[in-house]
Amino acid sequence: MESLKQVETIAAVLPIENIDTDQIIPAEYLKITTKEGLGQHVFSNWRYDSEGGLEQGFVLNCRPTNSAKVLIAGDNFGCGSSREHAPWALTDFGIKVVISSSIADIFRNNAVKNGLLPIVVDSNTHQELLQSNGERIKVDIVQQSIHVNGMIYQFKLEPFTRYCFLNGLDQLDFLFKHEQQISDFESRQECFL
Amino acid sequence: MVKTLFDKVWEAHLVTQESRDTPAILYIDTHLIHEVTSPQAFAMLREKKLKVRCPQKTFATMDHSTPTSKPDSNGNYVFNGEKEKLQVEQLKKNCQEFGISLFELGDDRQGIVHVVGPEQGITQPGKTIVCGDSHTSTHGAFGALAFGIGTSEVGYTLATQCIPQRKPKTMGIEVKGKLAPEVSAKDLILAIIAKIGIGGATGHVIEYYGEGISALDMEARMTICNMSIEAGAKAGMIAPDQVTFDYLAGRPYSPKGDSWDRAVTAWSNLFTDEGAKFDSYVSINAANVKPMITYGTNPEMAIPIDEKIPESATQQALNYMGFVKNESLVDKNVDVVFVGSCTNSRITDLRVVAEVLKGQRVSEKTRMLVVPGSHQVKAQAEAENLDQVFIEAGAEWREPGCSMCLGMNGDIIQPGQICVSTSNRNFEGRQGKGGRTILASPRTAAMAAIAGKLVGASAQPLCEEYA
Ligand code: SF4
Repeated sequence: MESLKQVETIAAVLPIENIDTDQIIPAEYLKITTKEGLGQHVFSNWRYDSEGGLEQGFVLNCRPTNSAKVLIAGDNFGCGSSREHAPWALTDFGIKVVISSSIADIFRNNAVKNGLLPIVVDSNTHQELLQSNGERIKVDIVQQSIHVNGMIYQFKLEPFTRYCFLNGLDQLDFLFKHEQQISDFESRQECFL
Repeated sequence: MVKTLFDKVWEAHLVTQESRDTPAILYIDTHLIHEVTSPQAFAMLREKKLKVRCPQKTFATMDHSTPTSKPDSNGNYVFNGEKEKLQVEQLKKNCQEFGISLFELGDDRQGIVHVVGPEQGITQPGKTIVCGDSHTSTHGAFGALAFGIGTSEVGYTLATQCIPQRKPKTMGIEVKGKLAPEVSAKDLILAIIAKIGIGGATGHVIEYYGEGISALDMEARMTICNMSIEAGAKAGMIAPDQVTFDYLAGRPYSPKGDSWDRAVTAWSNLFTDEGAKFDSYVSINAANVKPMITYGTNPEMAIPIDEKIPESATQQALNYMGFVKNESLVDKNVDVVFVGSCTNSRITDLRVVAEVLKGQRVSEKTRMLVVPGSHQVKAQAEAENLDQVFIEAGAEWREPGCSMCLGMNGDIIQPGQICVSTSNRNFEGRQGKGGRTILASPRTAAMAAIAGKLVGASAQPLCEEYA
């Protein structure tokens, strides 16, 4: 994973609640054995009309929000299926940060392993951020702050997640550092099989 | 110190404790994999030149991309497309190369991963179980800590048999009273999700307990735990009891002889201690639960069939479904009925459907698919002649797999069609682009198939076995 300290970009706002991973990337695009090329299909049911043309009104199709790297979404983003194709599709499209008042557990776990930073903010902050579509925004991971519309909002990150982003650490390396403890655990464990 | 069921299983699997700066390392006893969420994990192993740490702790099956039609006259499976075929072949290759047991197409153990694990006795109380699939919560019905992971974590588990985890919170859901005979576990879990909301249990492991849970058989308990994720929960758990032990006794991977006795002794300690506290608590009276259906585009948007769509319904969901506020769904035409998925494709589900269909015809306006969860379920249904009931009624009796639950294998509904489905997700486009899903119990689905439209609860006659 590459390290990520700061993102300065345009904000795209998708003010829909409970956006599930079937919307982020529908099942028909899961028929792959690699990770590449999913960005063109992100939100495909919303982004394309029935003829495959771009839905002009959709936020990720309009300028300037089509170049956004920060996505601000309605409450409970990423619920549903565990498909890691969802963060793969978002990052392939160019998104680096998602912000909501609540983000589903598995999606959040998957995102952080792919350099996509999930940020959960309180509902007041969320309400204000939902007004920032198309604005310039800066997300600072060192300071844990969001700068937009002349305002600064602080957010909390789980310390290990922050450490991994700032240092580009792969969590697998963290596990391998504890190989001895894993072996010790295995020798202690009772197994009925 | 008093502990919850979750605490006991969690603590027994800590390789290292969590600290402020680092998560805990949790040991995984059993890893289940399927063809859709594992290929990139094996690619990672190859790229980093890693081995699978404990191949004997991983079990693979094929379910999502597999056809539900019979093989052709040459014995070849007819896939929906090349991509699906490639995924299935890749899984086989990966399992061979890394020494993992695979229940492949044609194997009489193949089926939906969450049906296969329990019926093979691989799922056991007190285990930690992960799978690259959100409905892994199903296995919690046995008192296991079971949850869905992403493909990166599939890779971690293959390589280290561990994943980094922060300790989740706990939620106790007490089910007081008992379900009425015509009300099923599916209705109960839909009522629970409607009550707590689709994100209501985010960050929590749910434990279901109380009279209404103890009274359920294992398949009904699996239906409950299966849909925990639809309330955002990390996992759902039910303390194991005699019902659990009776279910597991004699299954292929269940402990045998002395090991069985020791296992049951250990499993008997898996319950929440008197006085242990959950981080949050919800209660529901099962006696008040009515047959439920969904009207919207997520499982929280559920109502008793005889009630009207609430004023609070969101416009986006109603527009998608083609419904309006304050409208009743009773008598709405139904284009497709799907009986299947890891929620409701087990033998007890099929028995209920057969009971309703017996001597009846599926409406000419409606297509009905019955897709057993596994080959074991299929064989059992055929031994009981349930297949004949389905076929004579005009339903399609198909080969096991996920099928129309998410439509990856070509079993899809058409734009605008309404499908009453026993599966777990009514998200937009889940069963096919533009398709509209109404979640329901097997009984409600079967009734709708005969009538060609949704049938109110009061008009649903009791099955013989209950009457
Ligand atoms: S039946 Fe549906 S929910 Fe269950 S594992 Fe298959 S696709 Fe997922």
